Amino acid sequence: MASFVELAIPRLNTKVKVSTGLFINNEFVPSVGGADPITVYNPATEQVLCSVTGASEADVDKAVVAARNAFRTTWGKNVTGFERSRLINKLADLMERDAEILAQLECLNNGKPFKIARDFDIGDSVACLRYYAGWADKIVGQSIEIDRRTKTAVTHPDPIGVCGQIIPWNYPIMMWAWKVAPALAVGCTIVMKPSEITPLTALKLSELVVEAGFPPGVINTIPSLGSIGGAALAAHKDVDKVAFTGSTVTGRKIMEAAAKSNLKKVSLELGGKSPHIVFESADLDQAANWAALGILYNTGQDCTAGSRVYVQDTVYDKFIDILKGKAAQLAIGDGFDEKTGGGPVVSKGQYDRIWGYIEAGKKEGAKVILGGEKRSTPGWYVDPTIFTDISPNMKIVRFVNCIVQIFGPVLSVGRFSTEEEAIKLANDTTYGLGAGLHSNDQAQCHRVSSALEAGTVWINQYNLLYNNVPFGGKKQSGIGRELGSHALEEYISTKAVHWNYGEKLDWPL
Amino acid sequence: MPTTFSYDFKTEVYTKKLEFPTGVFINNEFTEGGSKTTIDVIDPRTGQVITQVDEATPADVERAVAAARKAFETTWGLNCPGVERGKLLYKLAEKMEEHFDDLAAVESLDNGKTFSWAKNADLNAAISCIRYYAGWADKNHGQTIETSEAKLAYTRHEPKGVCGQIIAWNFPLMLMAWKLGPALATGCSVVLKPSEWTPLTALMMASYIKEVGFPPGVVNILIGYGHTVGQRIAEHPDIDKISFTGSTLVGRKIQEAAAKSNLKDVTLELGGKSPNIVFDDADLEQAVSWSSHGIFWNHGQACCAGSRIFVQAGIYDRFLEEFTKKAAAIKLGDPFERDAYQGPQVSQIQYDRIMDYIASGKSQGATVHLGGERHGTEGFWIQPTIFTDTKPDMRIVREEIFGPVGVVIKFTDEEDVIRQANDTEYGLASAVFSRDIDRALKVAHRLQAGTAWVNCVNTLNASIPFGGFKQSGIGRELGEYALHSYTNVKAVHVNLGLKM
Repeated sequence: MASFVELAIPRLNTKVKVSTGLFINNEFVPSVGGADPITVYNPATEQVLCSVTGASEADVDKAVVAARNAFRTTWGKNVTGFERSRLINKLADLMERDAEILAQLECLNNGKPFKIARDFDIGDSVACLRYYAGWADKIVGQSIEIDRRTKTAVTHPDPIGVCGQIIPWNYPIMMWAWKVAPALAVGCTIVMKPSEITPLTALKLSELVVEAGFPPGVINTIPSLGSIGGAALAAHKDVDKVAFTGSTVTGRKIMEAAAKSNLKKVSLELGGKSPHIVFESADLDQAANWAALGILYNTGQDCTAGSRVYVQDTVYDKFIDILKGKAAQLAIGDGFDEKTGGGPVVSKGQYDRIWGYIEAGKKEGAKVILGGEKRSTPGWYVDPTIFTDISPNMKIVRFVNCIVQIFGPVLSVGRFSTEEEAIKLANDTTYGLGAGLHSNDQAQCHRVSSALEAGTVWINQYNLLYNNVPFGGKKQSGIGRELGSHALEEYISTKAVHWNYGEKLDWPL
Repeated sequence: MPTTFSYDFKTEVYTKKLEFPTGVFINNEFTEGGSKTTIDVIDPRTGQVITQVDEATPADVERAVAAARKAFETTWGLNCPGVERGKLLYKLAEKMEEHFDDLAAVESLDNGKTFSWAKNADLNAAISCIRYYAGWADKNHGQTIETSEAKLAYTRHEPKGVCGQIIAWNFPLMLMAWKLGPALATGCSVVLKPSEWTPLTALMMASYIKEVGFPPGVVNILIGYGHTVGQRIAEHPDIDKISFTGSTLVGRKIQEAAAKSNLKDVTLELGGKSPNIVFDDADLEQAVSWSSHGIFWNHGQACCAGSRIFVQAGIYDRFLEEFTKKAAAIKLGDPFERDAYQGPQVSQIQYDRIMDYIASGKSQGATVHLGGERHGTEGFWIQPTIFTDTKPDMRIVREEIFGPVGVVIKFTDEEDVIRQANDTEYGLASAVFSRDIDRALKVAHRLQAGTAWVNCVNTLNASIPFGGFKQSGIGRELGEYALHSYTNVKAVHVNLGLKM
């Protein structure tokens, strides 16, 4: 029985219909039982939007069976790259067609401003699908010389198989695109677990999967709690690979479950505590713009958020002034309000967590030069907050900087005097996702970018990613790379075929 | 006023009135040519004029190159991100799909190939080629190369610039796609000269190129003669690269002109006399079917046609019998007849050339085992023809006939057939039929040709490279390899600390 809800979109006088069942084999179906429905909230109002079916372990099994069947029959090696390209391009076209509706849902459920959702999140996601559609018929192996008279060796870039994909709530649509596109391009089938906080756009996109013409079972969508659906996928004996984006804590559990079950391949995109270094030769106004973007974009809910800014002492006071002014310009509010540049944080859980850190920071004596005060009106809002005069031996520094990723619009600004000191401060973390530096000294740019232990280093900019440039973490920020041609590797399992057409074996040796 | 094509198709498989401009296409505009003359487009079914198109002259080449250079320096080249170029190519592919039957009908009318082959082979191949290269546009990566920390070294893959492209008349639309795809994907701008014998589908594409939004000057299409327009393109000092598909004879002239002018980069896809080797243990029925496709597809007008069919003695008689039956059953007819397989050859000149080869075969003492005559009394149909009892020095064995004329040669020894197969100045394609996979691979690997088909022939794919060894050509088309032809590699060395 098809179940759906019709959600009213604030200010736009329109409704969006979303199926709320589990999406398996190209159909929305009820759960076979065993898990509670998932309550979905509007973070701008704190109100319940609807509830959607939560998947149980048994539902995950069903989805995996569907994905395996598709892999064996209509997908995997049974479909040409050309056809995969065509279908992924079609899906991109449909996403583009429905950009407004998808943006409305994204804004409603995640809180991010509607225009940003439409033009950036969805715009980039459409481009991501098209980028990987272009790769689908270009997945090549090698032919390798052994002895040209008697043998040849070739490698086949086989699709790995059934892939469990677990995505977070900060960029629901974009994280969905980053995962499905390369997997489909290579020929894998997917069981996708969107975040239980933001399941709506993944369910809506599942309708487009059907419309585009993908065979049943190629993509399956099973919203559920991480501890149920995520755990089930990570431990599943018939899932060949799990790809996860989320917290480092959960990433470890996934890797452990993979190791204990069937040694499935694992790729992880985890947290970060990315340093943002401003040298004295930098264009301070520009650096402040990028620093503001770095911590405030998506209300700080970004794995590469530049949450630690280090400024060279010769320009520290000047920079702080400029930065404070920039941060104060951001209007945080309801995503459907045209004037809003940033929305609420996504959930009560995140709201409480972020405020906990802010309060702890204040209690331990860190100086707040912007924000730091809760609103009295409804909505899970955190306004831009800046802590300064951080020094290494303050308790808040070690607590905040080196262990915990706040995931909100909360910035700590420290100072340094030498380049070596800046690099040391920047690298003093178990994370290694992103880093940024601002300098007009070319050699310094290269030296510092080379020394920074991060998977992405931005020079004189921050935060901007492109579908054809790889992205991922060093150290405990992750394993593997997304985007670019590198993402394809994560879904390929290379088979070497040694073809003998001329060597006769003597026996016994 | 520039010319227009206007034709009322009334056939059993396609009925429509089509109209499109056929002027000289420069800067997204159709105009008369510099000499205000026209070229007749002939219907190969009748030898009669179908329509006239505006003739481009060397003066038009100047205009086109200037337009292409301007576009390359402003709206195209390094000024247009790959992702945008890809989008335009995808849109072009979609436009071609929208006009699938129209393009096929015009191709069929102009070239003489059947409507059904035009659809199933030419259109599908052309569209998938454009789609394939659309996907490459934002993926032409350079490298970063580690040497020392004092140096940052990386390569940029930049477009070559203004590219002259000259294509043949046997697969007009498909060859256009093979050329435009990689050139546009890499960011080059183009001055394209289709064959003046088959200009029509290229001119339809001109309208689509404009409609989907390629900036003016990125693609310019000139219908003119080889010795005027083609020559001017080959020797032009402001064309950075030339890519030519056609005869080896003309290919030499192009390379010479390129060398004498500005040493422009040259890619050539030339002729072939491809060997098709059938061993005793081949699957006979399949070998016969593929061999027939190998020489009779497109009326033998394929550069990679398997025109020398070597058959091992043990299977020779049975092969020849079945192959002859297959060839004899080929239905010649009007390209728009529902079940016609083979239409007329493309032109009077080609008809004469092929008939001349057939005459030489007869006069040099080969046996006409099948065919050997004109079909019908009007137009350029030639019967599927099989020669046997040949000698290696006969013209029909050594030279490219480019018609539905196959030469069947008996062999016994594997070493000897490999030697015979390689005994040619050409090296475009080759085929081996055998159920013994060891032997098939060993032989295929020893054939001196850019494509080796094992248990198949004449099957191509946009993602697999294609090109010639020896005098069959220089460079490769299709696949990722084609991008190299349009890419200039620039190495950037950034000194980060070395003091002089």
